[in-house]
Amino acid sequence: MTLTKHLLAATATMAIVSAVAPAFAEDVNLTIESWRTDDLTVWQDKIIPAFEAANPGIKVTFAPTAPTEYNAALNAKLEGGSAGDIITCRPFDASLELYNKGYLAALNDLPGMENFSPVAKAAWSTDDQATTFCVPMGAVIHGFFYNKDAFAKVGITQPPATVDEFFADLDKIKADGTYIPLAMGTNDQWEAATMGYQNIGPNYWKGEEGRLALIAGKEKLTDPQWVEPYAQLAKWKPYLGDGFEAQTYSDSQNLFTLGRAAIYPTGSWEIAGFEANATFALGVFPPPVPKAGDQCYISDHTDIGIGMNAKSANPDAAKKFLSWVASPEFGTIFANALPGFFPLSSGEVKLEDPIAQEFVSWRAKCKSTIRSTYAILSRGTPNLENETWNASVQVIKGAETPEAAGARLQAGLDSWYKPAGK
Amino acid sequence: MATVDIAPVKKPFRWHILVFLAPAALIYTAVMIFPLISTLYQAFFSQKWEFVGFGNFMQLFTDPRLSASFWNALINNVWFFIIHMLVQNPIGILLAALLSNPRLRLRGFYRTVFFIPTILSFVIVGFVWKLILSPTWGVTSGLLKSVGLGWLFQPWLGKEEYALTTLALISNWQFIGIPMMLIYAALLSIPDEVLEAAECDGITGWSQFWKIQLPLVLPAIGIVSILTFVGNFNAFDLVYAAQGAQAGPNFSTDLLGTLLYRTFFGYQLQLGDRAMGSTVAAVMFLIILAGVCVYLFGIQTRLRRYQF
Repeated sequence: MTLTKHLLAATATMAIVSAVAPAFAEDVNLTIESWRTDDLTVWQDKIIPAFEAANPGIKVTFAPTAPTEYNAALNAKLEGGSAGDIITCRPFDASLELYNKGYLAALNDLPGMENFSPVAKAAWSTDDQATTFCVPMGAVIHGFFYNKDAFAKVGITQPPATVDEFFADLDKIKADGTYIPLAMGTNDQWEAATMGYQNIGPNYWKGEEGRLALIAGKEKLTDPQWVEPYAQLAKWKPYLGDGFEAQTYSDSQNLFTLGRAAIYPTGSWEIAGFEANATFALGVFPPPVPKAGDQCYISDHTDIGIGMNAKSANPDAAKKFLSWVASPEFGTIFANALPGFFPLSSGEVKLEDPIAQEFVSWRAKCKSTIRSTYAILSRGTPNLENETWNASVQVIKGAETPEAAGARLQAGLDSWYKPAGK
Repeated sequence: MATVDIAPVKKPFRWHILVFLAPAALIYTAVMIFPLISTLYQAFFSQKWEFVGFGNFMQLFTDPRLSASFWNALINNVWFFIIHMLVQNPIGILLAALLSNPRLRLRGFYRTVFFIPTILSFVIVGFVWKLILSPTWGVTSGLLKSVGLGWLFQPWLGKEEYALTTLALISNWQFIGIPMMLIYAALLSIPDEVLEAAECDGITGWSQFWKIQLPLVLPAIGIVSILTFVGNFNAFDLVYAAQGAQAGPNFSTDLLGTLLYRTFFGYQLQLGDRAMGSTVAAVMFLIILAGVCVYLFGIQTRLRRYQF
């Protein structure tokens, strides 16, 4: 008897609780999937409180997974139906595949999307650019860091603006002998491609113009505008440190922050680390243009986007959040909390970090593009991005001529890629 | 012919054997046999699970790029194995012979010291050696200069012609303890009477080693060789830790293991290819199987074993 009584009581309590619960459940919970474990505190302490303050009734949880496991974990969660409402998007093919499988919602009519340029949206749009499925969140800009003290010591007053000035400065630093002129190694391979080729290249292939022509099959990697950046890289060899063949990315970073190297080709993501470690005055300059007065181009590479799980239980709240991410308000918080990752919206964003400010100011005078190998051209085997790593290293070492590298890459691309309409 | 019925003695079925074997058999099947068979099975299908017969294998051996990377990896792997057989195992045997010398003092100390690298993680070994050999921070160039050999220094890990050999020697340094221990144990198991008899016949010192001890430890050397073979053709970790999955410079340190990794799981922007990855894995399996068979049927059956 007592047991039945207890059961009855329990059932009754549960019934009451479930009847009352909806009254408290006004709060909608959104979960964000991300690989940015490094940014956990930024999200928890700055971004989420700002959003929750402006949008009472929506609670947001930032639930990141380790970067190397993110893609696999996210796929599994989406397949199993347990993924969060908001999904941080990798650029290009990884996210496109999620959209094609129906896991990501189309966001064309999301308020705030009008703040983004087609270049910014390219990484998260279908190949025909008709549908965008993630809000562009952050980009990194390539450029050169330099040691201001080193420049003063060898008598360089202005950072180089043209290629000739660049090499003249390198010669001065080399002649002085105190500093390694350029901190770059070829051990990790991607340094040479990403921070070398993709850094200086847009000035030669004219940014988006060349990148899209390459995708359309109107230009080839054997054309002079694609080979010339390799020829430039080949000229860097005498200015690299001894044993650059075995120098790794972290070796290069340390050489620069310890003040042993004068110039470091890289990108804006280094700002926070360099400002924390360098004991000298830091400066940055954009990739030098071939001739004075040339239009300059920068690699303003889209890296992080954010989208919505198509099967989210709270699509309205999720859209509200994404709209907010698209706003300049989010852009300002994001850019200042993570200097070096720049918001992509064309709305006005105020940056406090002077070096970040310098990087972002290039957007006004130079034309932005993204890394040439990332969209569409790295879908097949051989993979153009990975081949570019290898080619850049071979060219710097002098083991392959720029022309041969271009021909090899084009042949590899031709073996699987057929441009639309050809 | 009259038959005599002899009732067979009924032994109770020994269930406990099955029960005791079951856990190991189940685990082994789940984590080894099943994946192995499903990998071999997958090698006959395309990415979209259409049956393609030997199509993947044909592609692996005829596609100019794929076959070039495959042969490159295989040749590198053979070279990696040769270095192990020429450097690691002879030095291991030598160390074992020295350790088994009864007049050697501090034997336990040496034994431990030589064995310690073997228990270190690949990641640590790769990283430490990368630092030691680093042209930027490493001690190598300073050490060589201090003995007047500074001109000898090269960024070995960054040069195509030296990188693989350097990695092989690092791996030798790490695993020298395995042949040393196995052969040391074999040497200790040789009864003193045999050695004393040899001494009575006037065979001492090195000639004792060559004529008595070495023939007696040949089976152990055979085991060491086959372990080295299997280990080398499955090697992946050291290259991955020291040079990355692209196995630089210019694929000169690419082994079958790193090729498999890049093909199966993809790398950076390259997406993984399950079908071709399984094919590479299947070929690796066949290579190792062939090597082990050659050893088992060609060599081990001819080795004479001595019972004491």
